Amino acid sequence: MYRYDEFDQQLVNERVAQFSGQVARRLTGELTEDEFKPLRLMNGVYLQLHAYMLRIAIPYGTLSSKQLRMLAHIGRKYDRGYGHFTTRQNLQFNWPALKDVPDILKDLASVEMHCIQTSGNCIRNVTSDQYAGAAKNELEDPRIVSEIIRQWSTFHPEFSYLPRKFKIAVSGTPDDRAAIRVHDIGIQIVQNGQGEIGYEIYVGGGLGRTPMIGKKISGFVPKADLLAYLEAIMRVYNMYGRRDNIYKARIKILVHEIGVEEMQRQVEAEFAEIRKSGTLHLPEEEIARIEAYFQPPAYEDLPDESTELNKAVVADPAFANWVKSNVAQHKVPGYAIVNISLKPIGGVPGDCTSDQMDAIADIAEKFSFDELRVTHEQNLTLAHVRKKDLYAVYEALKAHDLATANIGLITDQIACPGLDYCALANARSIPLAQQISERFADIERQHEIGELKINTSGCINACGHHHVGHIGILGVDKKGVEYYQVTLGGAADEKTAIGDIVGRAFTEDEIVDAIETIVTTYIGIRKDGERFIDTYRRVGVDPFKESLYETH
Amino acid sequence: MKLIRNGEFVEDNFTTVGDEDALPEGPAIVSLERWQAERETLRARNAPIGVKLQSGQEPSPIAEDLDHIDVVALEFPVYRNGRAYSYARLLRERYGYKGEVRAVGNVLRDQFQFMIRCGFDALEVADNITPEIWAENVGSFSLFYQPAADGKETVLSLRQRLATRAREKATA
Repeated sequence: MYRYDEFDQQLVNERVAQFSGQVARRLTGELTEDEFKPLRLMNGVYLQLHAYMLRIAIPYGTLSSKQLRMLAHIGRKYDRGYGHFTTRQNLQFNWPALKDVPDILKDLASVEMHCIQTSGNCIRNVTSDQYAGAAKNELEDPRIVSEIIRQWSTFHPEFSYLPRKFKIAVSGTPDDRAAIRVHDIGIQIVQNGQGEIGYEIYVGGGLGRTPMIGKKISGFVPKADLLAYLEAIMRVYNMYGRRDNIYKARIKILVHEIGVEEMQRQVEAEFAEIRKSGTLHLPEEEIARIEAYFQPPAYEDLPDESTELNKAVVADPAFANWVKSNVAQHKVPGYAIVNISLKPIGGVPGDCTSDQMDAIADIAEKFSFDELRVTHEQNLTLAHVRKKDLYAVYEALKAHDLATANIGLITDQIACPGLDYCALANARSIPLAQQISERFADIERQHEIGELKINTSGCINACGHHHVGHIGILGVDKKGVEYYQVTLGGAADEKTAIGDIVGRAFTEDEIVDAIETIVTTYIGIRKDGERFIDTYRRVGVDPFKESLYETH
Repeated sequence: MKLIRNGEFVEDNFTTVGDEDALPEGPAIVSLERWQAERETLRARNAPIGVKLQSGQEPSPIAEDLDHIDVVALEFPVYRNGRAYSYARLLRERYGYKGEVRAVGNVLRDQFQFMIRCGFDALEVADNITPEIWAENVGSFSLFYQPAADGKETVLSLRQRLATRAREKATA
């Protein structure tokens, strides 16, 4: 993974010094909360319902064991012994004291971490594929370009006060695990007819109250020009994005209002000018320097089949289930990708205790080249595990309640913090996710239902990505009562779709039964092994509508 | 209001005049609308002239006139509105403007360095800003990843120089 050089480290150190000064002035009262707000919002410190929340950047979701141990330490020392992994591959602490934040930042800086680009209307922490470097059909490790973008966008003087926050995601494989079409900019790594690697660019995707799917604005941007092209998009957005209404300020609204052709024309014109100046031309030497950090680890020559694995699968049915749902194919023979579920039955999606973090760090160190990933579905990934070690990894995870065999299944839900933490929420998300999890706790039944993604948001800002859940749940407030609106057919992969609203919203008492009805309806009409989303695409909303509302 | 020009706290010799107001004898800043309506008269004056662009008024309409304009004042109606950062860079980098680019409006201390990087050389700041506060905030960062209007060397360029030096050492 990428390691800081002296320059990267110095910048982070300077940020720690700057923010420590700002916190000190706030604590003495020299700065009022109003004056402090723009400063803390540039550094990942939010004021939530009950306390400050600190969001830590995990660039493109890659962490070393050492970094995870530091997060565990911070959780233990300054918070309540746990952290929360987010849909943006970051980590949040929900209960830090403001006076401790400078010390937390110092601890983070000691392991090349920080809170830069985790809040404010700037270019946020770049996200990417959790299978980077391990996926079979990958054209290039997406973390290389993600790191290049991270550096260019860090403290960008022109783009730190954009109309609204700005999110970029990168995918290096045709099957998209980074949800690039629901980002402000989505970057798909592609190869042109001459065999050169470049970038297909999507712009104007996003969720929130006006969900939109990103539109392709360029089919091929050469490597050397990527930053010039991104700067062109950002400048058009910074100059023409709406600033009169916070809900219409994202780039998706600009693209929608002027049309993708006009957007493309303006971006191309700006790109031509920036390119001419040559200042953002990316030298091959620098690309190679960063590429060198993402070279494949020292894989062993192994047979693809592992007798140890095959034996364990037969001997332990629970392990077999785990392998089926949580283990994915690796590009190197004899290796596998392991997904660690942070969705135990009845748990809080994405929460991880400090003790669990330490355990995972040890497992990663021992079995996966000392490195791990955070997924945008709020789980963790060990990217390179020998197949013959899978049982040992499973046992080690199980000892810390981390071996739930539900990746991609109905209890592997995304949920925003909701009314339990968030000042914006209308409804609770976590307790609902917990209830659904309990209802479908039976692991055999989950495997029988198959791949099904339920995403829950506690308000229309859609942090729980409900629009792109196969089943989406949106909490709404009607005269002080929490209701839940259901959408069906959403997806955030290479076939991105916004879910359809199924009908009137359900009460708190009805919603879990409604989910059960949807599942039963699906089981009744699915054709041999069809996934929920495929059945939905085939039959549409009507059969579900009928079974949900006919008896009511 | 205080004016900081090229890092010095200075007396502001320009008067910002409303569209209906009579022009003063000395240096004056007028709106884009007034500049466009009275360009010839304003150019014929024997005193420096500035044009103020509000948020939403990008600099391209005055690109041809820049040789005759001494100050372009760019307004930040609220600190969150960052359009003028782009306007400043365009003035410097696209149109090659050498006159004063002044930040006016809601200019906060944590923005000083970003503004300087984007090509502002004059900032109208609140009265509580002291030379100490200025110095502390304008130098918050000593390294820069991306090129901007200030021409500061980027981290990328520093890395390349280090690499070249290392190569030369190795071959020497």
